[in-house]
Amino acid sequence: MEDQNKNSRRKFLDKGLKLGLATAIGGMAISKISKLSAKSNTSNGEFVELMTTDGTLIQVDASEVVEIVHTTDPDKKYNVREGKPNRKYVMVIDLAKCKNALKCQTACNKHHYITGDHAWLKVYKMQEDEDTAPYWMPTTCMHCDHPACVTVCPVDATFKRRDGLVLIDNERCIGCRFCMAACPYSTRVFNWSEPNQGDMLMDMKMEGSCHSSPEYAGLPSVKGTVDKCDFCPHSIDKGELPHCVTACPNGVFYFGDKYEDTVTNGDETLRLTKLLADKSGYRLLEGLGTHPSVYYLPPVDRLVDFKEGLESFTDFKSVDKPE
Amino acid sequence: MENYDKLLNDLAPQKFGKKGVIWTTILVVLTIAGIIAYIDQVIKGQVVTNMNDYALWGVYISNFVFFVATSFVGTVTVAVLRLTKNSWRTPIVRIAEIISVSAIIMAGITITIDMGRPDRLLNLFIYGRMQSPITWDVIIIPTYITISLLLLYFPLLPDFGLLKKHFKEKKPKLSKWYGKLSLNWTGSEAQKAIQTKSIKIIAILIIPAGFMLQTIDAWLFSTLFRVGWDSTNLGAYFISGASVAGVGALVSVAYVLQKAYKLEDYITDYHFDKLGKFLVLVCLVYLYFNLNEYLIPQLTSKKEATTHINVLLTGQYAPLFWFVIIGGLIVPIIALMFKKGRKPLPMFIIGLLVVVTSWWKRYLIVTPTLLHPFLPIQGVPESWRHYFPSIHEWLITIATLAMALLIITILVRYVPIIPIQRTADEQEQLRTGKNLES
Repeated sequence: MEDQNKNSRRKFLDKGLKLGLATAIGGMAISKISKLSAKSNTSNGEFVELMTTDGTLIQVDASEVVEIVHTTDPDKKYNVREGKPNRKYVMVIDLAKCKNALKCQTACNKHHYITGDHAWLKVYKMQEDEDTAPYWMPTTCMHCDHPACVTVCPVDATFKRRDGLVLIDNERCIGCRFCMAACPYSTRVFNWSEPNQGDMLMDMKMEGSCHSSPEYAGLPSVKGTVDKCDFCPHSIDKGELPHCVTACPNGVFYFGDKYEDTVTNGDETLRLTKLLADKSGYRLLEGLGTHPSVYYLPPVDRLVDFKEGLESFTDFKSVDKPE
Repeated sequence: MENYDKLLNDLAPQKFGKKGVIWTTILVVLTIAGIIAYIDQVIKGQVVTNMNDYALWGVYISNFVFFVATSFVGTVTVAVLRLTKNSWRTPIVRIAEIISVSAIIMAGITITIDMGRPDRLLNLFIYGRMQSPITWDVIIIPTYITISLLLLYFPLLPDFGLLKKHFKEKKPKLSKWYGKLSLNWTGSEAQKAIQTKSIKIIAILIIPAGFMLQTIDAWLFSTLFRVGWDSTNLGAYFISGASVAGVGALVSVAYVLQKAYKLEDYITDYHFDKLGKFLVLVCLVYLYFNLNEYLIPQLTSKKEATTHINVLLTGQYAPLFWFVIIGGLIVPIIALMFKKGRKPLPMFIIGLLVVVTSWWKRYLIVTPTLLHPFLPIQGVPESWRHYFPSIHEWLITIATLAMALLIITILVRYVPIIPIQRTADEQEQLRTGKNLES
């Protein structure tokens, strides 16, 4: 039996090689013929009638009918580590519109059940130099295309997906904090103690998705592991915008797909390339070569007053906690 | 043969005296206190430390770097002095090997203390990725532990053989253990040939391994963007710093053992003089790399670099920085230039000073850099802008230092501090006027 197998494999390889050579030499015509002959070889003359999605009946050779393999887990529509196929998520933050209303931060804290002292989304009070104007700068995770955090992670707990997202598998993270040291944007936070996300667990049970996965924002948070802004893959999955984008009253945040060349802040949808070209978009610490997925539009022609934001500016706090 | 008797009487491991018992008890108590603190840390999480999302590494990491640096003493004394055929090394190599083994074992333990999830330690092997400098560390530390242990063990074989005979009547049980450890050493020519060859291979192997260990340790920092770490100087800087820390530790331990076991006939002023010259050499090399590290960025004065360096030179960390530079480099270099400075007691004081400053030096490498990220520290509690270890961190760190000393103490209790066989051979050769080849 084994010998036969070997023989047939050898024959197959032999044939394959010859066939390959023949197609290379003979070109399209010969390859078509060989395909046809291959088809007729496997066909046993039985046909099955099927209805297509638009309602027409078609006849298909019985040997071509293959059962669709259903995924055992209905929640896993796509590979969490691979990401959505043919997508490249980007964000544009228009600094000209930000007046530190902090609705983005509140929404983010609420929806990610942040219980620590360090919000994932922060609005920095920035001033490059004494002589230049101050401005408000919201920061999320930059979801870099060359993520320093992913490079240094010893266990592949933080990973880069094809759709651009950098996520954390907090069931694998060993808590060495090397990624936090590597991130030049200081965007990562650590669960120094048991995160008491009491309400969250209840809410998640109601939604029927009480499993910890990077897909659901890595929630619930796990003691001794790293967390950070996740670009809300749970919202993306539902076809919704990330929470910060929808929460912002000033339309600062635009979210979209680089391949579609479109970003939207919920109110207006714009061409990404045109927006970046018209308003001289840039990325944070571009010189480090991290290639962030978050673009900034410079704070020029401002519609809002910087000073208005000072009211809600809290230097030492980014998470509101029940007293 | 009476020659051996005198050597064995002088050098065979002795029971602890009263001081020894007190010393060991203190170390055990400190260790237990640290273990209790660590258990508490595992239960409550690292919230018991004063680390935060900005000072995300603290005293655990700098203590780890200190242990790694100290373990370099095995490479620098045993192998380098051996390659350069410095015969004065004989009475101090075993001490260096013991310190090396103890320090590198403790380095391995210390790094896991810093892990947020020590229960997931095995993930490093299950999911380990070669691109991460931590994986390089996971490979090199066990390698260095193995090589250091072998470098301690192989030269011990003839001594274990001698001790087996020595304790045969007095302590048959102990003698049996020495017999097993000596791997049936008889001292035949064939055995000697194998032993000499093995030692040679290990002594050469430990050089690249030691250099790799220190360099990888430096790369843990220099592969990151942070100002103060992102430096091409860091590998060489760590190697030279490790030589200083290692030789400093060797001088201190050698002095204590000389006094505790009355080894004045074996570890003499001559040896301290030589060690002093060696220490001043490594200090000068380290000074050179320090100038590279702090002076050159100050001249080009990039904004981030000057902010960082000014914190060290004149800012918050200035007292510590100058203590480390003056106490750990300037004072040793000046004092050791003079013959009087290389006498045992001044050497001991300088050795201790070097070890203490080496420890704080690592603290200064880790902490200030983390407190000056690229984006300003905002939106976090005020206390997150500073870092000083908590009680838990101190207890655990002191316990690791105590454990390192405990390993040294236990090894010294059961292993001859001065190589007996080799000393006998050298005395024999001195008498017959031949030179030792290896």
